[in-house]
Order: sequence, then structure tokens, then C-alpha cells
Amino acid sequence: MKQVELPAKSLTGGPVYPTDEPTGTPLVEMAGISIAFGGVPALADVSLRLFPGEVHALMGENGAGKSTMIKALTGVYPIDSGRVVLDGQERHFHSPADSQQAGISTVYQEVNLCTNLTVAENMMLGREPRRFGGIDRRGMNRAARAILERLGLDIDPASALGAHPIAVQQLVAIARAVSVDARVLILDEPTSSLDTDEVAKLFDVMRTLRERGVAIVFVSHFLDQVFEISDRMTVLRNGQLVGEVLTHETTQLDVVRMMIGRELEVLERLDREVSSASSTADADRPVLKALGVSRKGSLQAVDLSLYEGEVVGVAGLLGSGRTELARLLFGADVADTGELSVRDHRGRFRTPRQAIQRKIAFSSENRREDGVIEDLTVADNMLLALQAARGWLRPIPAAMRNKLVREYLEALDIRPADPNALMRTLSGGNQQKVLLARWLITQPEVLILDEPTRGIDIGAKAQIQQLVADLARRGLAVVFISAELEEVLRLSDRLVVMRDRRKVDELPNDDVKVSDILEIIAGSVRTEEPIHE
Amino acid sequence: MSEPARPANPLLRRLTGSPVVWPILAVAALIVVDLIANPDFLAVRMQDGHLYGNVVDIARNSAPVLLVALGMTLVIATRGIDLSVGAIAAIAGAVACVYIVNAPAQSAASTALQACVLAMAACVGLGLWNGFLVSVLGIQPIIATLVLMTAGRGIAMLITDAQITTVHNSSFEFLSSGFVLTLPFAILVALALFGLTGLLARRTALGMLIEAVGINPEASRLAGIRARTIVWTVYVFSALCAGLAGLMISANTSAADANSNGLWIELDAILAVVIGGTSLAGGRFSLTGTLVGALFIQTLRTTINSIGIPSEFNYLFKAIVVIAVCLIQSAKARALVGSLLRPRGKPQAVPA
Repeated sequence: MKQVELPAKSLTGGPVYPTDEPTGTPLVEMAGISIAFGGVPALADVSLRLFPGEVHALMGENGAGKSTMIKALTGVYPIDSGRVVLDGQERHFHSPADSQQAGISTVYQEVNLCTNLTVAENMMLGREPRRFGGIDRRGMNRAARAILERLGLDIDPASALGAHPIAVQQLVAIARAVSVDARVLILDEPTSSLDTDEVAKLFDVMRTLRERGVAIVFVSHFLDQVFEISDRMTVLRNGQLVGEVLTHETTQLDVVRMMIGRELEVLERLDREVSSASSTADADRPVLKALGVSRKGSLQAVDLSLYEGEVVGVAGLLGSGRTELARLLFGADVADTGELSVRDHRGRFRTPRQAIQRKIAFSSENRREDGVIEDLTVADNMLLALQAARGWLRPIPAAMRNKLVREYLEALDIRPADPNALMRTLSGGNQQKVLLARWLITQPEVLILDEPTRGIDIGAKAQIQQLVADLARRGLAVVFISAELEEVLRLSDRLVVMRDRRKVDELPNDDVKVSDILEIIAGSVRTEEPIHE
Repeated sequence: MSEPARPANPLLRRLTGSPVVWPILAVAALIVVDLIANPDFLAVRMQDGHLYGNVVDIARNSAPVLLVALGMTLVIATRGIDLSVGAIAAIAGAVACVYIVNAPAQSAASTALQACVLAMAACVGLGLWNGFLVSVLGIQPIIATLVLMTAGRGIAMLITDAQITTVHNSSFEFLSSGFVLTLPFAILVALALFGLTGLLARRTALGMLIEAVGINPEASRLAGIRARTIVWTVYVFSALCAGLAGLMISANTSAADANSNGLWIELDAILAVVIGGTSLAGGRFSLTGTLVGALFIQTLRTTINSIGIPSEFNYLFKAIVVIAVCLIQSAKARALVGSLLRPRGKPQAVPA
């Protein structure tokens, strides 16, 4: 591993600014923006400058404040303090309609158009050309075609929007956004559901708009894309401004450091709790073996073997494919290609139930949406997976039920230790423990944990980390996914690094440092070429 | 000080905390009104070994709504709704009556039994259809069951040739007007199904799995629950309940009327479920609540008759009472009323 020099600027206190100031004045200047929700600050003194004819990337991990910043600009959220200046004039937008009037258009991740209308109808919605008191369809199609052509798009305006793939719908949304004389165009994760060719087309349109002097805000989790298209970027972390940099003056590694921004030297001193000696990996017989497992638009083909008693840590930024990998292994999403071998089973899982029958357990990163049943009791939540496996005709006998629940309430130190408490009344950490209990009760051989420690307090976090180490010692194969690299390094015997929806590296955790992983995530070192392309 | 004052007595507090207490109080209030109008309202007399009286009538007449509402409770618990129950009731009645009329031995008990079995089999088919639309094709329940709600009466009409088919079979009539152990048979059938549903829901794991699917379908799927099978089963069960109610209604008039059998019963059933405290958003359900809800609806109907409200005000009166009950059930509305009634400037002492 190549040792990388730390960029001193990203670790010092104040925000960073590029050395060469552009000659022009910014079209939009947001200065000292602060917003708090119910006393909790979401943005603290954040500034953003948008210049005409530039693509400006807004960077940051999940929860860094990117969306809040966009919503502050477009008038969705009221601003507590700070000011928004457009064209040298201070403005107060009270609604998205206000900001749109002023020439700020937004295209969100999900296309907010009507799939049952035609392309032209969608583009001209609310300002249709009229003729003899009715809508002038021919005129509307003509106007739409003109707009599309100016963007270099060959789309039939009379075709139904729903007949086109998502990528084209996204382009139509952009065409609609800029056709209302937008001077600022905000693209929030526009590429998350597009494939490579589609992204190229989107970038063509973005370049066209840039030449026409539009200021574009680009939000994306894909570092390669950001570096390809953007001219300038602003990095946020925990609601604060880390700095503004010019893309050609920085590297992917620097940006990742700015986004994650922990005191690297301190982290690197943390030793792994689990020594790799504890691994009793039987190299001949993996518990689970995935060969070329992929799914269009979410994960490129991945090979992965899991062994008894081993913790495999998965590192990667949000959207790198780490969650997608876990979901494919469990059958939560169905893989398009590839094969899974688990015990006697070969093939792909169509449902989670099939995976559970083969002793695989999966705890999702979305505790609320995919995990807890809020209005059921702690006991019911704990026994849900076991009961589902037994079927409704064979209820768990009361004695066994009480024994299991009591055992796990105590073993995992769940509070309150009341089996009849409603799940919604528990704290996040205790809910997470109940979900872990739900899976441990099914006695799995493979345990896939996606962000098991996110959003829970330090005490519970340490307990869960300890539990993962103990479980592996008892012979479970564990997949541990976390955005916190030091946590992954501390627990894992082997590391898998994901970037841009594919596995880019796999390495044993021998003295690996956070900076090594960051380097691989940022793509400055590629030790293993992906096998499947 | 916006919290409503809580009774200090723990028993009383537990009672007022239970969702069933409000519909029970509503039924009691209606009976008080009836007693004022007619002091002998609660009188029950024995005649030929059979019990008669207003209370018995209320129980018997609420049987069809209760049956439909039991199935509806489980459907609603899965975040669904079944609008087709009235039409299914009509089809069940039509199938049974047409079979009896065309049977060689029209008045034999075996004919009545075969007719009922055939009608229930038809209902299983209809329930499978509803369940298929909802659980396999993923059509919204309100739309999916609307199909059969409208088409179902047409099917019933095709079966009866658009005639009111009248039958003469004492065994079939027994379903509605017979007595067993001094009580009307219809009451016993409804109570038996109530007990059976309770056993199914609470003695097996079905109730818990239904609630899990209703509260969080995605989490349930990831926990390995066969949500599709459960949802499908629930619609079949609902159709069976509706069919049984349809047979009872037909037996009451000894006739199958495709147009009026079970008309609007889906609305009464949904109302019974809601009054019983089961949320239309799905999740936790209460079968006891549904039982009380069905009794409430029938008591209200009887009350309207017994206190002599002019027929043109029937629906209006019913609506007002129902709105009142729903408001009483809402904790928010209770708190609002409480804060309005409380004298201003003098904060009430709240027990710690």
C-alpha cells in the first residue's frame, strides 16, 4: 500500500477556498446559511457560490446537508440566518414556485412528471400554446421539438413519456426545467438510475447548457462522474462547510478526505480487536459462494466467498453498491445474472424466504422501513422471523417463546427488558438489538449486517461490535457493512472495497489503514481489475 | 395543561384506555334512550321454549353484519378493504336458492345442505379472485374489490335469470329463523364464527403475521413472511364470511333477490370494524371491537324504529350518531372537548 500524504488543509479548522479567484461575479451567492429543525442544526454558517457557465458539484456524505442546502436555495425551507443573493440582489424565496420564477429550476432524483402524458405535454404543462380557445397541439409539439433539438436530443415530442426509459424521462425533465429560461439548474442525483451510455448523454446536455451560461448544481455520489463533469465543488460535512475547491486542482482522494474528514492519524492507531488468528477459515469450503452476481442498474458482477468464523467488512461510499450487494445475497432484490452456492442450493434467491431457509440472515440499513414492526411488541418483533419460518399453523409454544425472549433480552442487554413493550417506544440502539435477536433466534450460518450501528448511541454501538466479534468466534460467517471505516477495520478479517457499483478490491485485513481504504475508494490505486465487465 | 384529566382509579383508567369501551358506552346510551321511549325495552319472554324480545332481535339481526365484519376486520388489518362482500352475499343466496328450486327434492334437508355447500364453494372462488387481484397483481384493494362489487350483482342476476327466486325449504329457513337451545340459530352461527376467527387469529400465529404485514409489509417480507399467501387467504376468508351472511339473508326471506340481498352491507361492516377500534390504516385489529361495532349498528337501527323517528330522517339520524361515536373515539377530539369544557384561568389539578 502506498502511503499518502495528508492534505493539511482538510484537517485544519476553517473552510478552504481555491487560490485563483474567478474574474466574473457569482450568479448566486448563498452566505452564512443556517437552518435548524426543532433546535437541531442541519446547516451551520454554510456558503455556496454559483458562477454562470460552470458545473458546481455539491459534495458530502449522507446527512451532510446537501439536500437542505438545495431546499434553502429553492425556498422549500425557510432560512434561519444568512442571505441568498441572485444577480447582486438579495432575495427571499418562500416557495419553490418563487425561486422558479426567478430562474432556478430543480430536477430531482425521481422524475416528477406524468408518465401518461406525451413528452411535449409534459414539457409545456401549464403554458401550452393556445389556439381558438383550445390547446394548439401542433404548436406545442413544434415548440417542444425546438427545445429538445437545442439540447441535441432526438426524442419524439408526441410520444408518451412512459414509453421511454427512465434516462430519457430524466432528460425530458431537464429540458422542461431549462425551457422556462432557467439560469440555475439543480440536478439532485440525476445519474443514480442511469447506465454508462445514458450518463454520457446527460453529460452532453449538461455541457450544452454550460456553454449557454447556465449555472448547474450537480449532486452525485459517483466520484468519477463528479470529476468528469464538474468545474468547481463545495464539500459539506455534518451541516458545515469544509471548503470550495476547483476540480482540476484537487484529487478524488482529497475530496473523500474532506467528506469523511476524521482525524486520520488518530484512527490509524486504533487496533483491530479481532486478530486474524481467530479466523478458523476453512479455505476449501465456503459457507456461501457468489459467482458473478449482478443486477442491472444496481451492481456489476461480483464474486464473493464467505467462510465460517470470518468477518468480511465491506467498505465504500454511499451508492457504491455495498447495500446492493447485501440485498442480492439475501434475495431482497433478485439478481439478473450469476450464481449463489449455499449448502446444497445453487442458483439465485427469488425471495428473502428462500435465503432464510438456507440459514442466511440480513439486517437492513433502514431500520424503520425494512426492520421494525412498530406497533407490535418487542417479543413479537423478536420472534417474527422464526415464526415466519415455522408458518402460521405452528405457533411458537408459550414456554419456548418466553425462554427465547428472556434469554435474548438479557444477552443483548435490551432496555426496557419488557417483552410486552411496543417496539416504537424503544430507542434506536435497542430496536437494533431486537432486530439482531430476531435473526440470531433463527440460528443463521451467514449474518449480513448493513449499517448495524448507524444512528445509535456509543454504548449500544460498542455492544453490537462486541457481539459481532463473538458471533464470528462461534463460527458464523458475518458480512459487516458500515460507512465508518474504522469500525470496518476493527472488526473485519477480510475487506471488500466497493466503488461505482462494483467490487474494486478484496484484501486481507493485515495492518490495513483507513488511508489505504480511502485511497482505494477514491480510485487512485486499483490493485485488482474487475473480472466481469 | 392540554392533557385530558386521567381518572385516578387504575381499573377505570385501563377501561377508558381500551378502544372497546367507547362503542360499549355508545350501545349502552342507545339502550337508555330506548328505555326512556319504552320502559319494557329490555323485557325478554319465553314462548314455546324460544326466547323473544328486543335484545334477542337485535342480536339475531346483527348476525349477518357481524359475519361480514369479521372477515372485513382481517382484510382491513392487512391494509386492505373488501367492497365486494355485498355482491358476494347476493351471489351466495342466488346459488343456493336456484339450486334448491331446481333440485328434485325441493324441501329435503339434504338439498338445503348441498345448496349451502355449493354456495360456499362459489364464495371460495370469488375470494380467490379478489385475493389474486390484490396479492398477485398488486391492484389497490379498493379498486380490485370494486370490480366484483359491481360485476357481482350482475353475476347473481345471471344465476337467478333476473327473477326473485323463492324457495320452500324449512331446513334452509332454519338458518335464519330456527332456534337451538332457546336461542335463534343465526346468533349461534355468528357467535361460533366469532369464536372460530378468534381461535384462528390468536391461538395460531395468523393474527400476529397479519398484523405484521399490515403494519410494515416490506419488513415482513424481509423477515420471511409469505405476505402474498396471507393476504390471499384473508380475502378468501372474507368471501366465505360474506357468503354465510348471504345465505342467512336469503333464508330470512326464503328468496334470492340479486338486487337487494346484502345491499350496502359492506358499508355497515366497514363501519362496525372502525367503530370497534381497528384502524383503516391496517395493523392491530380487535375482533371483540368488531362484535360490539356490529351490535351498535343494529341497536341504532332498532332505536330509530322504536323512538319513532320519521323515516325521512333515518339516514340523517344514523349519520349524526355515527359521527358522534367516531368523535368520542378520537383522543384528539376528546382532548379538544375537554379543554373547551374546562373553566379558563383555573388550571385543574392533575394527579401526578
